[in-house]
Amino acid sequence: MEQKYKKVAYYPGCALEGTGHSYSRSTKELGKALGLELEEVKNWNCCGAMEVKNVDPKLQTYLSSRVMSIAANEMGYDTVMAPCNGCYHNLKKAEYDLENDPASVEVVGKLSEKAGHQTYEAGQVETIHALDWIKDSLGEEGIRARVKNSLKDLKIANYYGCMYTRPRHIFPEKDKGEGSESTSKPHYMDDLLAAAGAENVDFPLKTACCGGAHTLSDSDTSTRLVMNLIRAAEASGAEVIATECPTCHSGLEMHQIRAEKQHGEKSNVKIIYFTQLLGLALGLSPRQVGIHENVSDSMGLLKEKGLA
Amino acid sequence: MRPLADIEAGIDYRERNSAEPAEAAGELLKFGEEILEHWLDAHDKAPTGEKKEGFRLLALHRQAAQGDPSFNACRETCRELAYHYNLITLDALHAESSQRLVMMVMVVRHLYLFVTGKMQTAELGEFCCASRPLRANAN
Repeated sequence: MEQKYKKVAYYPGCALEGTGHSYSRSTKELGKALGLELEEVKNWNCCGAMEVKNVDPKLQTYLSSRVMSIAANEMGYDTVMAPCNGCYHNLKKAEYDLENDPASVEVVGKLSEKAGHQTYEAGQVETIHALDWIKDSLGEEGIRARVKNSLKDLKIANYYGCMYTRPRHIFPEKDKGEGSESTSKPHYMDDLLAAAGAENVDFPLKTACCGGAHTLSDSDTSTRLVMNLIRAAEASGAEVIATECPTCHSGLEMHQIRAEKQHGEKSNVKIIYFTQLLGLALGLSPRQVGIHENVSDSMGLLKEKGLA
Repeated sequence: MRPLADIEAGIDYRERNSAEPAEAAGELLKFGEEILEHWLDAHDKAPTGEKKEGFRLLALHRQAAQGDPSFNACRETCRELAYHYNLITLDALHAESSQRLVMMVMVVRHLYLFVTGKMQTAELGEFCCASRPLRANAN
């Protein structure tokens, strides 16, 4: 039987070319190490993010649909993998809208024609997150069998953020019972990192808001939200907060620094992408997975744990 | 319904002072309800007295999220609050009760920060322009 998600279209999105570059680097390196192929969507555009969606939701639907159209109609893929929670959410939302909202179908059809590319039709591709990609292609057993450098003794709080599972109706594949992802208690990251030997702590704010949308308009609220997340992670016994969203990740890093500089509140927990942690467990070097690109300096902890 | 500043002070107090776990859990759950009441009040909605899955908190959240899907970003935070309340009150003598109480304080603080952040952005309730001078004087 052919391995699921062996080769998928890769949609990095804007954040992974900027502040989330280490997420992109570690995702690609992890794919190589696991024998999974990624081909970047050609000439991709922004998914519409929050900015476009707030101005005109149907324009966001079109922008996301264009990415899926290129993957399906120009590259021949049936799966698009988006590691960014915002992109993942927007592509899933576009898929839902195009399946259920005739007005969105009409707008997307007109804009696609004007832009000169084939109109995306609902069902042509499946959009998955990087967590689905690893979990459903290799699973815990596949990871366990490939671990060269166990994450044992590393205590991790898995932080999913609020976009990965919300709103529930755009993720019809979730909440399907045993083995599927849960929208109320997501566990894919926990499962994968546990398979790599990590000790997951009980973290009650794994889907709570990081204040990402407030970062520019109200930095103080964002800092307080992030510091509450970090303090809760530390109180749970975590040494690391594992992330799977570039907005959450950079928010945690930046506001951790801001909290120390402006409020004198120091914290020691490290912020590391789950792809970086899995890569280290598979024997990749810290540089290969882009640890040096993170703002949060985790080299001391990784050396202490024998991971660097 | 206490003013938001009093709720925040109450959360701060609970963080710094030990207490009988079940009693403190009840107080923290009440804080959660009052935070949501502020949101509803700011939207001219009368807070429901009904319960969902045994919790008024969850019924209030559902009411608050009606017509405002982005408010669902705190749905699981409310559910965690209810979960921790159950953990503590169903076995208050459990060895981890104190730790569970610490986590419950952080969960209710997150709810407070999230809701008040949204209210500030939208200039609602105690953060509306008419209330601002009063709030500034209070601070």
